[in-house]
Amino acid sequence: MSKYLQVFNVGIQNTLAYRLNFFFRAAFNLIPLAATIFLWRTIYAGKAEGSSIAGYELAQMISYYLTVSIVDTLTAVNEDDWQIVAEIRDGQISQFLLKPMNYLSYRLVLFGAGRFVYLLTAVIPLGGFIFLYRDSFQLPTEAITYLWFAVSLVLTALLQFFVSYTMALLAFWILEIDTLIFMLFAIEYVAGGHLFPLDLLPTGLTALLIYTPFPYLLYFPASIFLGRTTATLLTTGLLIQAFWVLIAFLIAQWVWKQGIKKYEAVGG
Amino acid sequence: MENHSPNTPGMIQKLITSTKRYASIYSALWQNSVMRDMQFKVNFLLWIVVEFLWFSLQLIFVAVIYSHTDHIATWSKWEVVLLTGASQFIQQLFHAIFLNNIVALSEHVRTGRLDFMLLLPINSRFLISLRTVDLGSFVGALAGLFVMGYACIQLDLKPGPLQIIGFLGLSLSGIMIHYSLMFLLACISFLSVKAQGIVWGYYNLFNIARLPDSAFQGPFRMLFTFAIPMLLVSNVPVKLLANKLESPTEIGSLLFMAFACLVVSELGWNWTMKRYTSASS
Repeated sequence: MSKYLQVFNVGIQNTLAYRLNFFFRAAFNLIPLAATIFLWRTIYAGKAEGSSIAGYELAQMISYYLTVSIVDTLTAVNEDDWQIVAEIRDGQISQFLLKPMNYLSYRLVLFGAGRFVYLLTAVIPLGGFIFLYRDSFQLPTEAITYLWFAVSLVLTALLQFFVSYTMALLAFWILEIDTLIFMLFAIEYVAGGHLFPLDLLPTGLTALLIYTPFPYLLYFPASIFLGRTTATLLTTGLLIQAFWVLIAFLIAQWVWKQGIKKYEAVGG
Repeated sequence: MENHSPNTPGMIQKLITSTKRYASIYSALWQNSVMRDMQFKVNFLLWIVVEFLWFSLQLIFVAVIYSHTDHIATWSKWEVVLLTGASQFIQQLFHAIFLNNIVALSEHVRTGRLDFMLLLPINSRFLISLRTVDLGSFVGALAGLFVMGYACIQLDLKPGPLQIIGFLGLSLSGIMIHYSLMFLLACISFLSVKAQGIVWGYYNLFNIARLPDSAFQGPFRMLFTFAIPMLLVSNVPVKLLANKLESPTEIGSLLFMAFACLVVSELGWNWTMKRYTSASS
């Protein structure tokens, strides 16, 4: 256990060096967020007072985007996959074959350290932004919602990590891995609920999407927080999410084993 | 060129030779880029697919929004599709000609390669800005034009030749705005090599350029019109095409802001060059 504490510590030290970068990233992310909120305001302004779109009133729509930004800050992978790709390409990964440490756990701890530092730098810009919109931002009414939100958040972070980790490991075989990562990211951007709440899609499509991993990468915890997923929907949702986390973990382990067999330590 | 001093013919002569020289240098840079791209054909094709996905995603966004409303301020569905296409066209051309070069600048500082580039007997800003061409992005620009054409049919628009020429001219001004602003941001990365995030942050601004201007009011609209003119870049060319211009001053603002951004970025570049003392060696 203590060796992983060391890794966490090193991870924090390393990412702290990029705090300025993180800060700018968090601050710049607010621009499209603000633009989206303005856009929705204008759309609602063109409708009758108190209208709702797919069950969202204006305040709920604004809350959705704010919540999604919080979930994204806490769970998104942003440098880890590129670092793994680089470690495979440069042959640095060789050293992990000798260390008494599992590469997946090592990376997971670094991911945690990275999120921690990112949260510290993003809390001022994002927190300030949410404060500006405090009148529209709707908090859960029941305390238990926070608990389920937290559980789902952890599962989302794990799913995000395992998916990115597996994608990055494909660098053992594929040279053009960057493009594949961007393709997956594009699909996730829509199917994960980044662009708009998935409830806005035609009903049949939403019902289908709920069985794919994508909503569990972002949309699902946000929908719990907003009180839109309760009772049986909540239980089944969490079970499906846990199922995908498990599947993603197993695939990640399997791909790692295959990758190591293939690995030739070029330049290592 | 208004000045008819005895030197004028000599100056014109000089201008012509220097234009010819730069044209031949630029064509050599093009050849280089084509050769490089053709060495990595799969990569080249995959990047086109990536850009295509992101563009479809924007169109999905428009489709989903308009399945719940029939207008955003004064903009109808197909007008916004036209705007999305035009924004793609402008952004991808900027991508093709400038983007990668500007992103590479901080890397040139870090590796010391910039010093070598500054020593070459050629305008440094020219070389830094235009060194490589990204051919795949031209395909993305074509996809944008294609979507625009389809939107024009849906809107029953038949733009005349003057409108089309005007659209292209204004798009060029839009590209100059993207270029100048991003170049200015890259100059900031001279201050700290770790500030690369600033350059990537510019990606977020692209998101605004494809939204209809009248969806915004107050300080946000002022900021993104007269300080960071994202709401002019593709809105004004499209409004010319779709007969939506409220007054000719909109064209004037785009042209003026393009010029202003270019001047400011040149000042920023000169200022950084004066302070630059090489990162490596």
